[in-house]
Amino acid sequence: MTFRWGRWLFGAVLVALVLFTLFPFYWAIVASLTPDAALFREPSLWPRTIILDHYRALFDERDFLTPIRNSLVVAGTTTAFCLMVGTLAAYAMARLEFRGKAAIMAFILAVTMFPQISIVSPLYLLLRSMHLIDTYPGLIMPYMTFAMPLTVWILTGSIRQIPRDLEDAAHVDGASRRQSFTKILLPLAVPSLATTAILTFIYCWNEFLFALSFTLGPERQTVPVAIALFRGQYQVPWGQILAAAVVATAPVAAMVLVFQRRIVQGLTAGAVKG
Amino acid sequence: MARIALEHVDKVYANGYVAARDLSLEAADGEFLVLVGPSGSGKSTVLRLMAGLEQVTSGIIRIGERDVTDLPPQQRDIAMVFQNYALYPHMTVRDNLGFGLSIRKQPAAMIKERVRSVSASLGLDALLDRKPAQLSGGQRQRVALGRAIVREPLAFLFDEPLSNLDAQLRVETRVELARLHRQLGATMVYVTHDQSEALTLGDRIAVLRDGALQQVASPMELYARPANRFVAGFIGSPAMNFLDGVLRTKEGDPGGGSNVIFEGSGVTIEVPCDAPAGSKVVLGLRPQHLEVVPDTEGTIRAEVVVVEPMGNEQIVYTLLEAQRLVAVAPPELSIVPGAMVSLRVKRDAGHIFDAESGIRLGSRAT
Repeated sequence: MTFRWGRWLFGAVLVALVLFTLFPFYWAIVASLTPDAALFREPSLWPRTIILDHYRALFDERDFLTPIRNSLVVAGTTTAFCLMVGTLAAYAMARLEFRGKAAIMAFILAVTMFPQISIVSPLYLLLRSMHLIDTYPGLIMPYMTFAMPLTVWILTGSIRQIPRDLEDAAHVDGASRRQSFTKILLPLAVPSLATTAILTFIYCWNEFLFALSFTLGPERQTVPVAIALFRGQYQVPWGQILAAAVVATAPVAAMVLVFQRRIVQGLTAGAVKG
Repeated sequence: MARIALEHVDKVYANGYVAARDLSLEAADGEFLVLVGPSGSGKSTVLRLMAGLEQVTSGIIRIGERDVTDLPPQQRDIAMVFQNYALYPHMTVRDNLGFGLSIRKQPAAMIKERVRSVSASLGLDALLDRKPAQLSGGQRQRVALGRAIVREPLAFLFDEPLSNLDAQLRVETRVELARLHRQLGATMVYVTHDQSEALTLGDRIAVLRDGALQQVASPMELYARPANRFVAGFIGSPAMNFLDGVLRTKEGDPGGGSNVIFEGSGVTIEVPCDAPAGSKVVLGLRPQHLEVVPDTEGTIRAEVVVVEPMGNEQIVYTLLEAQRLVAVAPPELSIVPGAMVSLRVKRDAGHIFDAESGIRLGSRAT
């Protein structure tokens, strides 16, 4: 009897948690489809009249495509760079012996310890003197300083998990160091590469402070900044803001879904006994 | 095929750990050489040095007549089977087998043909499209073997390849390995800590301890004439008994003969040895050379502590003057723990080792 009650309770908690997590998304979608007037007069859990006005306004009046393009460029480039450089750095950290390795690892981590707000002004001055304010590199480079340590740490950990014997076997089989890296190690690191890519991408996609500080006008503003600047002096266009939020969530959700299978797959299973 | 030779090889790790000291060792062309030793004896390091996965600190490694000391593993043309198989988990069995050939840019048709013939000879045909995760331990073991064979390398290195298999499979694979060695006629170097594997597979066995070579000899020689106390204790099961004592000349013998009397620890026997009288020595007696006999014929009286029936024999653990003495008795003999038994040493069965250095003290005659 207790066993069944336990299962019931577990199920109930699970449902409650899912509802709790999903409700904001649900509400954002519902609200983005409801006319502004109805939204404040008689808020309803179910959309009574569905309109696409907010979405239309997003692209017709506000040119929301530009911030989306900006965000994709900035987040995508940062992610790509982080993966390329981070994988190589992580390989060195995980596999090579050299002096001061522990210190370097600690230093890499220390970079992320600075509160963002404390480095905004010096970074601004630095970027201005390099004429990088309001440019893509002006955002990508600061993002990389924050995303790269994360990449290196996650990848170092996961490369360490890959049995060294596999690369040894590849070497004895005739593979050079580079071949054992590309043919053995990289394919096996794909799940963690995907995880890292998603985390980095989401971080850049959502980043607000730097994006706000280092851009000047709508041409280079990213999605979070654009949405934040929707609110006018006298009114907050909730319908459009939520429609923008839905649009902004879509690429991230799509990316997670695409990579999810890769992440879940235990690729190293069966490599070695154990 | 080719010989593999280490010449005065030292291997010292960065942390000061010495894994090999002045090691000279050769596996002749076509020979099955087994490296044995307790864990930490450096036997796996020696194998990795041969493979090129570790660099020597000093000394020379040759494969064939070529000096490969400074060559990376991929240029040494040897194959290695790892303890944990190290199959590439993201590749099918077919690709695992063909990896070594395709990475050397061999023609596709040739790869296909070699993979086909190896998979047929190892019974892997039905598994070719599976991934390693979908294989049993024994199947993975065979794929690992196949991956080594496919390349037709100059020599094979095995790093405890059977230690992850269950007992029955281990014996089967051992026989399979012996068959492969005969069929391929290849030079094989095989690391194990299991002396039964060493004795059954090896043409010669090299015993290592703390990175130093103790003895290299055929299994029979190793068993019959261990070079020192360590080898004597390591080879043979149950392990050899060791008793402390001194040598004295035989009654009426002017001295200098080939046999002397060992006396000590409650045992007095004649042993084939020509070390000077008065030497402090250790007597080594294999349990198989200690017979349980009627009281009138025995020369040693000891108290039985434990009896282990093994089916074809029983192992009798006794105490003699607070030292353990193990004997092997035929199964039909009734021996009770707590009772006293009489033991007799078979003729010329004793091994004498120097008490200090542990080195075997032989006789001039043998």
